[in-house]
Amino acid sequence: MAKQNNTEKQYLFDNPKNIKRLLYIVYACCILLVLLDFVIHRHIYHSWESLFGFYAIYGFVGCVVLVLIAKWMRTFLMRDEDYYDRIELKQQQISEQATEQKAEEQAGGKHVD
Amino acid sequence: MWINEMPAFAPFFIGALIALLTTGKLRQAILLITPVISGIHLLTVPVGTSLGFELVGFSLEVYRVDKLSLLFGYIFHIAAFLAILFSIHVKDTLQQISGLLYAGSAIGAVFAGDLITLFVFWELLAITSVFLIWARGTERAYVAGMRYLIIQVLSGVILLVGIIFYAYHKQSISFSLIGLEGTAGWLIFIAFGIKCAFPMLHNWLTDAYPEATPTGTVFLSAFTTKVAVYALARAYPGTELLVYIGVTMACFPIFFAVIENDLRRVLSYSMINQIGFMVVGIGIGSALAVNGAVSHAFNDILFKGLLFMSMGAVLHMTGKIDGSRLGGLYKSMPKTAILCMVGAASISAFPLFSGFVSKSMVMSAAIENGYGWAWLLLLFSAAGVFHHAGIKIPYFAFFAHDSGIRTTEPPKNMLMAMTISAVLCIAIGAYPNALYQLLPFDTGYNPYDATHVLTQLQLLFFSALAFIWLNLRNMYPPELPSVNLDVDWLYRRLFPATLKPLFNGLWRLDAAFRSWFMNRLNGALGLISRHAPDGILSRTQLSGSMVIWVTILLATYLILSFW
Repeated sequence: MAKQNNTEKQYLFDNPKNIKRLLYIVYACCILLVLLDFVIHRHIYHSWESLFGFYAIYGFVGCVVLVLIAKWMRTFLMRDEDYYDRIELKQQQISEQATEQKAEEQAGGKHVD
Repeated sequence: MWINEMPAFAPFFIGALIALLTTGKLRQAILLITPVISGIHLLTVPVGTSLGFELVGFSLEVYRVDKLSLLFGYIFHIAAFLAILFSIHVKDTLQQISGLLYAGSAIGAVFAGDLITLFVFWELLAITSVFLIWARGTERAYVAGMRYLIIQVLSGVILLVGIIFYAYHKQSISFSLIGLEGTAGWLIFIAFGIKCAFPMLHNWLTDAYPEATPTGTVFLSAFTTKVAVYALARAYPGTELLVYIGVTMACFPIFFAVIENDLRRVLSYSMINQIGFMVVGIGIGSALAVNGAVSHAFNDILFKGLLFMSMGAVLHMTGKIDGSRLGGLYKSMPKTAILCMVGAASISAFPLFSGFVSKSMVMSAAIENGYGWAWLLLLFSAAGVFHHAGIKIPYFAFFAHDSGIRTTEPPKNMLMAMTISAVLCIAIGAYPNALYQLLPFDTGYNPYDATHVLTQLQLLFFSALAFIWLNLRNMYPPELPSVNLDVDWLYRRLFPATLKPLFNGLWRLDAAFRSWFMNRLNGALGLISRHAPDGILSRTQLSGSMVIWVTILLATYLILSFW
């Protein structure tokens, strides 16, 4: 897979050319599979399937929609990594209080509200 | 003891006892050999074997062997062996013993012929498995395990209440077709639903599994949910509600999986998605659909186990499991990377891998039975599976940006367990008839026709193309250290946050009432104290003073008598 060197090894995907090659293979497969739609007569069970390249379109569009919706969901679902830990873990709480106190001390213990 | 009627769970419980009394290499040997011996024994047990006895008027059937239970029995033996092999290096008595007992409980549950036996093993599953979470030793694992245990035991309690209703109405506790009739039917359905991770009831899974030990999650992923799938297939085949539930399960977790950072949590979400396919199959209820559901459960145990093993190996070697902290591991763990990709190909249902020969049965059955809309949504989630489990897991762990972590391959036993799983995944994919022979119905289904292979490849390759395109356009959501809110927010944040002020108010009220009461009490006590032994009225007086008072009294009389 990778050539052995005495220094830091050069791995398969350290070379951007190899990534390009892999991508071209995927593109070629995609084109080939769409072309096969002409050659192989698919059985049709669902009316949408009669659309040319239905599975290809559905797979691509479905995944893009999936990712975009998921990305949008982050706007209201995502929280800090310690969101639950802050209230659930005792040790965390103690260290948190300590840091809060420190911050207060640094700010001169002023109450803003 | 080499008799047919020996229940299949017995060797596991005996094995656990012997393992507890031994140490070191001998214990490892006993742990490994228990599922092997029990599995060989199970192969000789014919369909129709039964073991039962009478108890206070009810006939208990502790051991019932038919094609459905036998299929789950086989796969649970394989899963137990693989998980034990994967974890054999762990020198922790608690994990070793509870793992074996947990596997035994799952096997006991699928061979249970009556509901009481089922209930016993149902609760044993919860109690034995929680130690695999607690064994992680972190405070996080402790609280997650607590939540897991409460929810699992709750499922058992609901099951028990359902069984009592059922026994009262039907005068029978036999574990067979139940159906959604009356209180009993619904209660048992909900109890199964909790363990099966129905939508809204699913959060225990994504909460607890990622907090377990690297090896514990491999055990957990195999048994609890699949016992629930078996129970649904036994008691509720053809319940239409399950189609809706199953489609929801197949669809919603993939959105969470795409944005989740903890890779074992990604796999947990993907597990709910796969169970969704099985639940749809059970809901449709035709021979092909149920075959698809149970064979997909069989395959899922293998490929999901393999994926959890590969992520467990990563966690074991690097101590990290977040996508944002990993990457580039193919350089130091190439074998693990390849094995992980076999699991990823299997779960994505690539032709020649195991997922392909079982998932399509459910899809075909959906079309055949007029669930066109369900088919479309399942197709979408099939593409989504490839996206989040097939590509995301290997990509962010082993490729993506180089995290700079340099480690080595995991211990040999881990690699061996993963290799066996991978070989089984490919073997079933390449020769599906071996699996089909074990299925409860004979449908003559053939997954390898030109249409199916072509359409599946189109779907998968264009899903991959979407991933590449989104990445090149920088539209793919990056892995971020974060927590995503899910239903567990309700009981981890909202309830505590709203109930706390409520309870604080109650406590204040309580304190005020008590201080008022204490004041009253003190007042009353003051009153009483005058008459109490030390009170003013009960002090001992000197007899001399009495004489003076009597003298005064008499003198007063004398003076008064002069008038």
